[in-house]
Amino acid sequence: MSGSNTAIDFRAIDKILEKYEYKKSYLIAMLQAVQEIYKYLPEDAMTYIGEKVDELSPATVYGVATFYAQFSLEPKGKYEIKVCDGTACHVRGSMPVLNAIRNKLDLKEGKLTSDDGLFSLETVSCLGACGLAPVVMINDKVHPQMTSDAISIILDTLLSEERGQ
Amino acid sequence: MALSIDIKQEQAKAQDAIKAQGLRVLVCAGTGCVANGSLKVIEKFRELGANVSTLTDYDKMTIVPTGCHGFCEQGVLVILPDKHVTYVKVRESDVEEIFESHIKNDKPVERLLYTDPKTGEHVHKNDDINFYAKQTRTALKNCGRINAESLDEALAVRGYEALSKVIEENNPDNVIDTIIKSGLRGRGGGGFPTGMKWKFTAANRGGKSYVVCNGDEGDPGAFMDRSVMEGDPHKLLEGMAIAGFAVGADEAYIYVRAEYPLAIKRLRIAIAQAEERHYLGKNIMGSDFSFTIHIKEGAGAFVCGEETALIASIEGERGMPRPKPPFPANKGLFGRPTLINNVETLANVPLIILNGAEWFSSMGCETSKGTKTFALTGEVNNTGLIEVPMGTTLREIIFDIGGGIRGGKKFKAVQIGGPSGGCLTEEHLDIPMDYDSLIKAGAMVGSGGLVVMAEDTCMVEVARFFMNFTKNESCGKCVPCREGTKNMLKILEKIVKGKGTMEDLEVLEDLAYTVKDGSLCGLGKTAPNPVLSTLKYFRDEYIAHIRDHKCPAGVCTAMKKITIDPEKCKGCTKCARTCPVGAIEGTVKNPHKIDQSKCIKCEACLNSCPFKAISKE
Repeated sequence: MSGSNTAIDFRAIDKILEKYEYKKSYLIAMLQAVQEIYKYLPEDAMTYIGEKVDELSPATVYGVATFYAQFSLEPKGKYEIKVCDGTACHVRGSMPVLNAIRNKLDLKEGKLTSDDGLFSLETVSCLGACGLAPVVMINDKVHPQMTSDAISIILDTLLSEERGQ
Repeated sequence: MALSIDIKQEQAKAQDAIKAQGLRVLVCAGTGCVANGSLKVIEKFRELGANVSTLTDYDKMTIVPTGCHGFCEQGVLVILPDKHVTYVKVRESDVEEIFESHIKNDKPVERLLYTDPKTGEHVHKNDDINFYAKQTRTALKNCGRINAESLDEALAVRGYEALSKVIEENNPDNVIDTIIKSGLRGRGGGGFPTGMKWKFTAANRGGKSYVVCNGDEGDPGAFMDRSVMEGDPHKLLEGMAIAGFAVGADEAYIYVRAEYPLAIKRLRIAIAQAEERHYLGKNIMGSDFSFTIHIKEGAGAFVCGEETALIASIEGERGMPRPKPPFPANKGLFGRPTLINNVETLANVPLIILNGAEWFSSMGCETSKGTKTFALTGEVNNTGLIEVPMGTTLREIIFDIGGGIRGGKKFKAVQIGGPSGGCLTEEHLDIPMDYDSLIKAGAMVGSGGLVVMAEDTCMVEVARFFMNFTKNESCGKCVPCREGTKNMLKILEKIVKGKGTMEDLEVLEDLAYTVKDGSLCGLGKTAPNPVLSTLKYFRDEYIAHIRDHKCPAGVCTAMKKITIDPEKCKGCTKCARTCPVGAIEGTVKNPHKIDQSKCIKCEACLNSCPFKAISKE
């Protein structure tokens, strides 16, 4: 596992565990809360949860973390780009949009996060905004009816905002 | 049971409060319209409305942010229900004009009215919009009509009246009988009779049991459950409480996919409001009946839509299906009897209790009663969420409600039921859309996703697309699904690359039946459906890919060849400048040529040529 050298604030994780009463059935919610802080699941955090919660082991936690698509074992970018490739988006051309983003951010297949750590890219199966296909979600904002040109402009805007700061 | 809350009185109070709002301006704040900027539209309306003193016929106006109205493509939708007008594609900059012209001076803004794609004319009354005119909205009735974050607005449209009725009558068996008689069947895919599921769970009354609402709407191309959760959350909560009362459960979970943050937010608000005013929680409306609802967020696994996998996921484990029996009705969540129903199914329950089983069963057809929501998307003019009586034909849905195929293209097929469903063609346009007719035609209602495809969609590519999806989403527990989907995908990839053989086709079909018969859960059992149905109706396309190395729809890049007609080319050099890989050679005023070994078939040149000299085959 990579990225395991992130310094973990175990007090923050204790707070999460307390909130969910150290209950095994809340493991997914705990991991979501951890990912909310670090933008991914650091190995040390998973091990810690596995040891602290009854009936769990680090292996079980790792098993659950790798099962669900939402969890990432690698740090995600400041801007998480989700390209919807559900049926409706696929039929209306989500692949050219995905390729445009890959070219723009220099992300080849298999590479998920840009070198500067600003952007990470993934495809998701359906965001439920099929009437606006194809859509791209950047963090919590849904961008409707995307084209290669439109997404380029959006990324340019984000890039220039970042440089301006 | 005696109740301390008089629901009729609460309803009247809530209705008076709505009347006191003056002119109601409904602005859609569902996921689709928010993406189109509805929050800014709402803000602008509020800003203008704050200073208003006189309006025609009203002394004030109230801006109501609503849930999804279904017509997402035309968003942002602004509806003036008292004036029977729907404005479409409204942007922040249009708000002032609507306000000045229509709200203050009663003159509708023509340019923002819906334009009928067939006649090209503006539609003045919202009931006349073809998209709405042929629908029967019952489960979705309040979506887009009420403020989804207000309990009072839900009460005004008879929210919690059905729950009050069943608690007062205190006859749970009677409730189950009503649901059985109504003929309601599961809206999540399987179509199992809902009342029977309730009866099986109720047989275990006495100990701890649970109600679980399946809101893990994973089928790509379906978003009806999202719309209900976002637009009318109290109806779902009420349906769950009625189910809990009927089967003897006092605790429930709603499992919502993590991709639906707005639905999760609205449900949390609704639960808090209902608990505070004793419509949920301990001693509901002053009775002995208590019912607590928790929300569990999913984490992105399609297989969790399968009920036993969903139970495993709520328990905090990998969402892998468990063999049945035991059925959840006997041994489900935390080993206790559990009733699992889908969102749309539960949203129908309060209506059946209020209007009676006969009302519900009078809609629909022989074996499929009531209405069904469909998410109509793809190459169709009006995309969005619709609700029609079961048994409506595809032709009515696509050509009347959907307004026909976009851009004058020719209809080719419709994919129904997502990755578990199948393709239907021209010959099926007139079959009734109900559970049994669709199964007979090799498809299924599924969750109700309808993706319309036109002549330029490659059906082999579509089959590959779905197989790629199910391969990725297979949980890996059973061999037929895990290995079968992987190998089916390999063959399909070979075919779309033009490297398939006729023998591959046989193996593909053979594998499809093995996966179908041998898999543990619904995901694997239905995964081969898109392949089987395209093989049945579009076998010639598979053969064209294999024998002629041609993709009839011109989609599969490996077989695509883009060429420049030297007769038409004027040598303007535009294409050469557009090509991202430098595959086009030529000098000014001389015909250009594409180097096929360099061409990546991106079609950029095709769209750039001013003389239409470039074509693909």
